[in-house]
Amino acid sequence: MSAAVFAAMLVVLLLAVPLVALTWRALESGALGRAARSALAVQALQLSLLTSLASLALALICGTPLAYGLARLRFPGRGLVEALIEVPVVLPPAVAGIALLMAFGRRGLVGAPLADWGISLAFTPWAVVLAQCFVAVPFYVRAARTGFAGVDRDLEGAARVDGASALAVFWHVTAPLAFPSLLAGSVLCWARALGEFGATIMFAGSFRGRTQTMPLAIYAALETDLGVSLALSMLLVIISVATLVLVRVVVQRWEPQAVTNDTRS
Amino acid sequence: MKIVRRTALMCMPLGIAACGTGGSTPTVDVRPVIGASPAATPEPKELVVLAASSLTDAFNEMADDFPRRPEAAGLRLILSFGASTQLRIQLEQGAPADIYESADDAQMQLAVRAGLMQGTPTVFARNRLVVVLPKENRAGLTTLSDLGKPGIKLVATVRDVPVGNYTYQTLAKMAADPQYGAGFDQKVLANVVSEEANVRQIVTKVQLGEADAGFVYASEISPRITPDVKTIEIPERLQAAAEHVIGVTRTARAPVTAPRFIDYVHSPAGQTILKRHGFITLA
Repeated sequence: MSAAVFAAMLVVLLLAVPLVALTWRALESGALGRAARSALAVQALQLSLLTSLASLALALICGTPLAYGLARLRFPGRGLVEALIEVPVVLPPAVAGIALLMAFGRRGLVGAPLADWGISLAFTPWAVVLAQCFVAVPFYVRAARTGFAGVDRDLEGAARVDGASALAVFWHVTAPLAFPSLLAGSVLCWARALGEFGATIMFAGSFRGRTQTMPLAIYAALETDLGVSLALSMLLVIISVATLVLVRVVVQRWEPQAVTNDTRS
Repeated sequence: MKIVRRTALMCMPLGIAACGTGGSTPTVDVRPVIGASPAATPEPKELVVLAASSLTDAFNEMADDFPRRPEAAGLRLILSFGASTQLRIQLEQGAPADIYESADDAQMQLAVRAGLMQGTPTVFARNRLVVVLPKENRAGLTTLSDLGKPGIKLVATVRDVPVGNYTYQTLAKMAADPQYGAGFDQKVLANVVSEEANVRQIVTKVQLGEADAGFVYASEISPRITPDVKTIEIPERLQAAAEHVIGVTRTARAPVTAPRFIDYVHSPAGQTILKRHGFITLA
């Protein structure tokens, strides 16, 4: 029994000690102020927010129909698509980086024809967004698919009988009922995009204000100013934890009132 | 690093007899004990070497050759490569290493001033810069002046990384040269699209055709990459004095045997390997 408790404690310590150590060293280094004023940190934070939100927007716009289709429709190749959205979740980021280079690099399958048209993605913020989408969108699609699959189809049917259009049903019935899953998926997707490192550094390179996101800035600062690196790391920890707490609160309080109002009035 | 530590851990429960051939007490403290001859302290049979990424091929070859030499007495090398800046910071953070090799003296001096080294580190090879281009040369670069044309995609490192340090020095010399003119360095730097972690990453980005050009060591242009790249030579008057420096760390676990590898790097056998990999040897 005590062995089991000890084993369990090991896991808790393994997760807690690095975070405590990081925070402690970041505070002790006295670099928080220096980091807040450094152009490296400010530009990286701006770029990270911009690109990760762009990736999330793309996930919502393109991933929502895909998730809905996977949850509701039978079509040829559906199993293949389901498998495909699992791959980036387990794929090592370095592999994602090389794969993106082979596809969208200047000698890549898609990149070479694009380069002939004078379009080059590498070393641009677009490359960052592409890398983030590749690794992060599946997180949203998986969660959204599960959410849509859990919505009672009789409710949707009733709304249709009452004369609501397909889009209205989705907007007022399906989406609100699936909201906790959609939110959880969005947050996971965004957090994954925010933390993207391997594919970005290989495919997009690292340049201040253009492709150097927070994780890349942490890596770059490690070579010049450990304190700034620690401060940036701590900031990412705070953002991550704050996001998790926020999602938990929102999901717990969420009442799909839209459904009650719209379908019964 | 892991192997060294694991050996030490395994020794403890098994007892002294299982540990060293010498049968003397294994000690965690590797600093020479006053009164005891250093040879009495059993040293690990591995040397952990932190070396600049430009040394990857040469030191890997030495890792095969060195253990076969009589002076090595079966000592094996465990190599870890990276930007000299990154490795120095790893040392500062307590990475267990016996030897630190830096691609410039600036990083080595920082390590010396931080008390991370023992003895005096020595220069064992020199290098020079070339500009590397992808074979297809989409940007149509033929001379060094072309590097200042707007829209060229250059990859570099930050200034602290040795190859970046030398690149900035060369660019400063170009800006002072009437052939290129004042402000030429700024024109070139404006074309930098990515600051890579080390010189190897610059080579890779150019080899892949992603970047149009990059300043790298001449020793990087190995037979392995020549099918994919071209080079533009940099004249002697614009070269920075690139030198590779090596020394034993203060925290070396094998302070007695570590200098043997440094002697080997300076020896004709070591210098031959360096020369074959494109380094400028001292002899």
